[in-house]
Amino acid sequence: MDVYGVTLSSRLLLGTSQYPSPAIMAEAVRRSGTEVVTCSLRRESGAERQGQGFWSIIRNLGVRVLPNTAGCHSVKEAVTTAQMAREVFETNWIKLEVIGNHDTLQPDVFGLVDAARILAADGFEVFPYTTEDLIVGEKLLDAGCRVLMPWGAPIGSGRGLNNLYGLRAMRAHFPDVPLVIDAGIGLPSHAAQAMELGFDAILLNTAVAKAGHPARMAEAFAGAITAGRQAYEADPMPPRDMAEPSTPVLGLAFRS
Amino acid sequence: MQVTVIGAGIAGLTTAWALAEAGAEVRVMERSAALGALACSRYAGGMLAPWCEAESADALVVALGQEALRYWPKVHAATVQRGSLVLAPGRDAPDLARFARRTERFQTLDADGIAALEPDLAGRFRSGLFFPDEAHLDPRAVLPALADALTARGVYFDFGRETDADDPSLGIVADCRGLAAQDRLADLRGVKGEMLILRCPALTLSRPIRLLHPRFPLYIVPRGDGVFMLGATMLESGERNRVTARSVVELLNAAYALHPAFAEAEILEMGADARPAFPDNLPRLRPFGKQSLRVNGLYRHGFLLSPALARRAADYLLHGTRSREVMDENPGQ
Repeated sequence: MDVYGVTLSSRLLLGTSQYPSPAIMAEAVRRSGTEVVTCSLRRESGAERQGQGFWSIIRNLGVRVLPNTAGCHSVKEAVTTAQMAREVFETNWIKLEVIGNHDTLQPDVFGLVDAARILAADGFEVFPYTTEDLIVGEKLLDAGCRVLMPWGAPIGSGRGLNNLYGLRAMRAHFPDVPLVIDAGIGLPSHAAQAMELGFDAILLNTAVAKAGHPARMAEAFAGAITAGRQAYEADPMPPRDMAEPSTPVLGLAFRS
Repeated sequence: MQVTVIGAGIAGLTTAWALAEAGAEVRVMERSAALGALACSRYAGGMLAPWCEAESADALVVALGQEALRYWPKVHAATVQRGSLVLAPGRDAPDLARFARRTERFQTLDADGIAALEPDLAGRFRSGLFFPDEAHLDPRAVLPALADALTARGVYFDFGRETDADDPSLGIVADCRGLAAQDRLADLRGVKGEMLILRCPALTLSRPIRLLHPRFPLYIVPRGDGVFMLGATMLESGERNRVTARSVVELLNAAYALHPAFAEAEILEMGADARPAFPDNLPRLRPFGKQSLRVNGLYRHGFLLSPALARRAADYLLHGTRSREVMDENPGQ
C-alpha cells in the first residue's frame, strides 16, 4: 500500500492507547507486524510537555508514528494539536479527528473538511477519520487529503462494519484512493471482511488494547488482515442463491 | 545495622517499618518540610483490591497485593474490611461480564443484593460484582499514623532536605523517592492521576464502588462523615498538580451516574499527582552501589503493593535475600 509516497507492506495500523502497560503495548506492536502506530497527544501531553516518558517509548518502537487529534471537538483544537504533534514527532503525518458528539464520537464532517484544508495548506499529510459519505470524501480529497479513513462503526464499539452497502459504494466510488477502515472493528473477522471488500488497510486500537491478551490479539488481527487481502486479490467467487455442486453431476452413472 | 530510607511516601514508610521491625537502625530523609506534602501517596484511593485490579493488572500484582490484606489491618487498625463493589450502567453491561471473566473471588449480585449491601444504591443497578475479601483505608490517615509509629520505635525523621541517594557516605540506602528517582532510573515515567474529594452527606456508602465505563472508569471511596474520594484519571504524563476541567467533568459525570445526590455535593478538594511506573507498570527492587536498593514503580498500587515490596526490600538490605519476582538485576535492558 502506498500512502503519501510511503510504501507500507503491513496493512494494519495500530493505536497505542488503553493498554495495560506500555510494555504490553510494545509487545502488541511487535507481534502485529505493523509499520505505523497512532498516538494521541491531546490528553497525554499536559503543560510543559510532560508526556516525554511515554512518547520516548513510542519513538523507540522503531515504527512510523501517525499522531492523532483524538478527542478534539473543534477545528481550532484539531489544528493546534496537529501542529504540536508535528513538533513532538517530527512528522507531517496527522490522523485528523474532529469529533461532533462526545457520546457517539461521530466525526463532525464539516469541521473535518475545514481542518483538513487548513492542515494540508500548511504542509501536513492528512489522514481524515470520516464517515462513509461519498460527498464528504470528495470534499476531503479537494481539501488536499490523499487517503480516506471511514469508520466501520462508532469508535470503541467493536461492532464491525455497520453499513456494508455504504462502504462498498465508497470503495467503488474511490477506486484509486487508499481507504483505511478506522474505528469500530472488534474482531479479526470484521477486519478480514473489510479487506475482502477491497479496503486497503485497517486501523485498530480498542479491539487489541482491551483484549485479555493484547499481543495475541494483535497477531490474530495481522493474520486476518493478510487473509482478507489475499482473498480480495484472488477475486472471490460470487455468492448465489442455489446450491452448485463442485463436482459435475451430468454423466454420473447413478442418480436417485 | 544502619539504613537510610530516602522518601517518606508509602514506599519509604513501609520500607522503614519493615527494616525497623527486623531490628535495623533506620533514619528517613524526606525532601518536603511536612509529611506527605510532596508524596503522590496523598492522592491515592487506598483500595486494597487485588482481585479488582486483576481486570487489567499482571498476575504479580494480584499475588503481591494479597499480602496487603493481611498487613494493613495489623499495622493500621482503621483499615475497613467490607469488600468492594463493581457496577456498570445498563448500556455498559458487557463490561461487567468482561470484568468478571478476568478475575475471581467475587459474588455476582442482582438488584436486591446490591440494595442489601448499599441501601442508598437500591433500584439503580441491575447487576454487580461483590469482592468480599477486599478492604480499603484512608491514605491521609495512614501516612501520619505510620510515621508516628515509626518515631515511637526510634526511627529518626529528617524533613526538608534534598538528599543525593547515591552519596556513598550515606551507607546502606533504600531509595524510595518515587518519581523523583527519575534522575537514576531512566525507564521510570509518570502516569498522571487526578482526583476529587467531595462532601455529600445525603449519601452513605460502606465500601469502595467501581463504576465501569469504556472511557471514564471511576471509583468512589467513602472516607466517613459524608466525605468521598473520587478517582482517578490515568494519563501518560509526568505532570503534577494541574487538574483539568475536562477531567473534573468526566469524574463528576460518572459520580452523578452512580447517584444523583452527588449533584449537590460540596467540592472539598481537587488534586493531581503522577504515579511512578516502569514500562510494564510492575514494581521493582533495583540494587545499586554497594548494598543499596531502589524501591520503585508502584504505579497506582502504592498501598496495595508496598507491604510486599517493603518486606522484600528489607530482606535484601539486611540479609541479601533476592526475591526473584521483583528483583531487577539487569536494568536498562
